Amino acid sequence: MAIPPPRDDADAQLFPRWATLVARIALVSLVLLPLAGLGLLMALPYTPHVTGQGFTPAQPVPFNHEHHVGELGIECRYCHTSVEQSRFAGLPPTHTCMSCHSQLWTNASVLEPVRRSLAERKPIPWTRVNALPDYVFFDHSIHVAKGVGCTTCHGNVDSMPLMRQAAPLTMGWCLDCHRDPTPHLRPAAEVFAGHWTPPEDQEKRGAALMRHYGIRTEHLSDCSVCHR
Amino acid sequence: MSGATQEAGLPPAARYAEMVSLVADPVLERRVGRPWWIAFLAALAVTLGFGLCLAWLFVEGIGIYGNNSTVVWGFPIANYVWWIGIGNAGTLISALLLLTRQGWRSSINRFAEAMTLFAAGIAGLFPILHLGRPYLAYWLAPYPNTMNLWPQWRSALVWDFAAIGTYILFSLLFWYLGLIPDLATMRDRARSRGAKLIYGVLAFGWRGSARHWQRHDAVYKAMAALAVPLVVSVHSVVGLDFAASLMPGWQETIFPPYFVVGALFSGFAMVVTLAVILRWGLGLQAIINERHFDVMAKIILAGAIAMGLSYLTEWFMGWYSGEHEERSFLSFQFTGDYAPFYYAMLACNVLAPQLFWFRACRQRVLPLLGVCILVNIGMWLERILIIWNTLSHGHLPAMRRLFHPTFWDWATLVGSFGLFALLFLVFVRLLPAVAMHDVNKELRAEKEAAA
Repeated sequence: MAIPPPRDDADAQLFPRWATLVARIALVSLVLLPLAGLGLLMALPYTPHVTGQGFTPAQPVPFNHEHHVGELGIECRYCHTSVEQSRFAGLPPTHTCMSCHSQLWTNASVLEPVRRSLAERKPIPWTRVNALPDYVFFDHSIHVAKGVGCTTCHGNVDSMPLMRQAAPLTMGWCLDCHRDPTPHLRPAAEVFAGHWTPPEDQEKRGAALMRHYGIRTEHLSDCSVCHR
Repeated sequence: MSGATQEAGLPPAARYAEMVSLVADPVLERRVGRPWWIAFLAALAVTLGFGLCLAWLFVEGIGIYGNNSTVVWGFPIANYVWWIGIGNAGTLISALLLLTRQGWRSSINRFAEAMTLFAAGIAGLFPILHLGRPYLAYWLAPYPNTMNLWPQWRSALVWDFAAIGTYILFSLLFWYLGLIPDLATMRDRARSRGAKLIYGVLAFGWRGSARHWQRHDAVYKAMAALAVPLVVSVHSVVGLDFAASLMPGWQETIFPPYFVVGALFSGFAMVVTLAVILRWGLGLQAIINERHFDVMAKIILAGAIAMGLSYLTEWFMGWYSGEHEERSFLSFQFTGDYAPFYYAMLACNVLAPQLFWFRACRQRVLPLLGVCILVNIGMWLERILIIWNTLSHGHLPAMRRLFHPTFWDWATLVGSFGLFALLFLVFVRLLPAVAMHDVNKELRAEKEAAA
């Protein structure tokens, strides 16, 4: 059996000249496209679409924190009564609203659901703004007791006409503070301040407050601190 | 090549063109036979069943398997270790035997590498399947994430992830690099324009010029040199999954080499099994012949002796350690609930291959196939027993439980065979199952040696 003559020379070229360029682009894309796809998948969880940062959900009553806190000066604990004793800061019963609104704006149409709630003895179904997953056991009382102010996580509530999620609420965001709380610590008197900017020498004050509150960061990032 | 020092592996009358058409014609010229279609449809059905098993696992969770809170690793991890062992032989054959200039490898390396690729891919699935939350398996990869989480580098499972990932990627590249000249041959021999184009694209414009060959050889040999430590590392890491623990029967320094030998042993047995089927199915009797079987049977025999030595060392060290736990574990192996399987494993892995002392058994298909299937059964038993024996006989007597396989355990195991068969059947239909250029290089070496 003889070796057949090579067919290459007889046949026309299989590929046109530009095929080389296409092949090169394809080879580079073969590496770059999957990498770009992975990069996109990695970047996506940081975006507000996933974290919910900056989103303002619709509420049954358009309660205005800017007006009540910023303009009228009602303190956080007037409504969120259990923030110092419980893991849950507490949502006010309709009676709390009525302590003023039984006298003020009694016919305002926006307050109709509040009046109905009182009449029907059914709580107002607020939509949660700052939601954590069920496997996270967050406790308000310990944070407040150790000098973490309301606005550190909830943002400047006194300038929010409607409540929005100020922080990304990701685990990385929690850990940033758990690993080094000094930039965020306040003296006990300023914890419920509606507006707080850290003073110039916060680094020094924060370190002193760490000692004052007895905060030890060695175990603050253990799994079981937040997950049981 | 070293054809000069060895007896010829290819028929003396063989011609280059004849060798090429032997390999290429089943793909390009011959019609698909009925046996192939029957096998393909059967494999497809079993693969669909495998998909069903996986879907049910994702819906229902790990509870569908027999794993319990004592025997936390059951079938999935045993299957994983077994498949990755099968996946070890291909790259070893192509890389180590290339570097040691064993020319006979050219007849078997292509399909052995394909076997490696498919087996390692299937093996990679099983550690994911045994997770409590399999859909979070990607957490094993170190990547920036909003949880600020990083893999636990002290965990052997992370080493596993890196070892398997590297091995699969590398095997794929190595296999493809070897395929390029043969893909060009397929392009030149194909009749239809579609086939010409597909093989042409895959051949990357290979023209077979001297420069091409020189570069191809250099890269191929360099990659082979990289492959050898990888083959050793991948199964060593699997051994460390066990050895890095504190359990009796696992915490042994012999585990990594013992696992590597076991892997090569079972891998070679699988290569022989596939070679027997392949040469019957594609009519490759001239290329894969008695001499190849003879050499591989000798390697399996050497593997069986090394396995026997490993078992002896384990028993000796169990006794010599003086630890109560180790000694009690040893007696559990021989007299406990799983003892019959243990004796079966010893018979399959150590006794059965002793037949290969006889030339007749090394060169005849039936005893070869019989022993190789026994070896693969024995090696699977070894994998499952490593898990069952240790976990069922841990440090806390009150927690000792046995493992009872469920329907889904068996279905997933059988399903994985289906997927493997399907991939292999597709491979032999679409790609040259033997490295044509390597076979002809070997043929030339043999002709020169004879002249």
